[in-house]
Amino acid sequence: MASNIRSGLKNILESIGDQAAFFSSFIKNIFKSGFEWNEFGRQCYTIGYRSFGIVALTGFVLGFVLTLQSLPTLKQFGASGFVPSMVSISVVREIGPVITALICAGKVASSIGAELGSMKVTEQIDSMEVSGANPVQYLVVTKILACFLMIPLLTMVADGMAFIGGFAGINATSSMSAILYFRKSFDGLDFSDLFPAVIKTFFFGLTIGFVGCYKGFNSNKGTASVGLAANSAVVTASVWIIVIDAIAVQLTSMLVYN
Amino acid sequence: MIRIMDNENVIEIKGLRKSFAKNEVLKNINLSLKKGENLVVLGKSGQGKSVLIKCIVAMIEPDEGSIKIFDKEITTLGNDEELKNLRMRIGFLFQSGALYDSMTVRENLEFPLNRVLKIKDEKEIEERSKEVLEDVGLGDAMDKMPADLSGGMRKRMALARTLIEKPEIILYDEPTTGLDPITSKEISELILKTQKKFHSSSIIITHDMNCAKITSDRIVVMNNGEFIAEGTYTELENSNDDFTRSFFN
Repeated sequence: MASNIRSGLKNILESIGDQAAFFSSFIKNIFKSGFEWNEFGRQCYTIGYRSFGIVALTGFVLGFVLTLQSLPTLKQFGASGFVPSMVSISVVREIGPVITALICAGKVASSIGAELGSMKVTEQIDSMEVSGANPVQYLVVTKILACFLMIPLLTMVADGMAFIGGFAGINATSSMSAILYFRKSFDGLDFSDLFPAVIKTFFFGLTIGFVGCYKGFNSNKGTASVGLAANSAVVTASVWIIVIDAIAVQLTSMLVYN
Repeated sequence: MIRIMDNENVIEIKGLRKSFAKNEVLKNINLSLKKGENLVVLGKSGQGKSVLIKCIVAMIEPDEGSIKIFDKEITTLGNDEELKNLRMRIGFLFQSGALYDSMTVRENLEFPLNRVLKIKDEKEIEERSKEVLEDVGLGDAMDKMPADLSGGMRKRMALARTLIEKPEIILYDEPTTGLDPITSKEISELILKTQKKFHSSSIIITHDMNCAKITSDRIVVMNNGEFIAEGTYTELENSNDDFTRSFFN
């Protein structure tokens, strides 16, 4: 029993140490000469543009559903005029960033995990290393930085589409002009809603990129480990997104809303 | 065929040991490779041959022993830059080829030129890529994807990518595994041709006796993590040791 606990603890500490070393190698390689601008651009396209459709659609449906679900209740209190600001605040502060990050954890982290995992299994990463090239700079830095940059932009897309979805939702059951709807939406928002939400999306992006790369880079030999790397990347990134969100909400409540 | 070799050792390994958990894979390995020499390491699968050459390029850290390459101790290299500089002088042909499958043949060749040798002149890159592809008989495959190449072509392509950095030492990890006898012979002859053109030294890990016969200047036989015999192909063919002779039957 005691030896099981000891070996479990040892594994956890080893894993933490390993991740810390991987992160430090990522940071060091950002500033090394020979930044891979072309590959970075390609990754921004793959991660950002190729996720645009699903994120935009999800954002739209989110706003639409949120409006339709909250409208009847708020109507009972004669507060249906508050629906636009309620939707905008909840989407900008919380739902937009978290849902976008979770979608990207599923789409982006798994694809990075599988890609790097399969490169590891087929010795492509070893081959880069042995040739004297720097696989961390080419594969890891570009992917993590692309996630870091693209996830906040995708969140903005999701937020914007949620506003449009909310407008469509309110006009599906009653009628409100676009000018009035969007004015009410933005009137409800404050800088203190937007700023912490945007900041946390950078952390979400970093987490998605880092977890995907780490799981892929450290997958074992064998094809099964590729699937495992992809799966583990999604699960780990999703859990971390929720944990980071909880911490961000606590910090925001303490520093901004008090 | 007689090749001219220097007496200078390009690789010198002394007392090398490596274990994975309780499994001792390499037991007190001593080995030297002379400049211009083709050394074949013969052995059954799972005897530690690949681990040995991975230790040479510092992909696997040995538990004990010394590995000197061009008189530099690789196990105690101070920083990444020193290791990178040493690796630039060593080519490694993986058993699987390890071609970058999301890149075309051209991009596979450009990758080390751009990133390792830092060549930016497009004309030079194009010329070197063409030359090395023609050397391995793949002159018309420049814009193909690795998935469009046959097994033999992939091996040739992998060799081309290894050669493009003009390494002084080439490590071949089972270069003919999975190939038909005709293609195996072609690859073995290509290894010889390469050695003559680039005056490189090679360690060839194999259990293909035709490959060993064609390419070797000297053969060492590995069993259970240690070398049990050494000599030329003809010497080992007539060895008194049953295990060694069993390769030649």
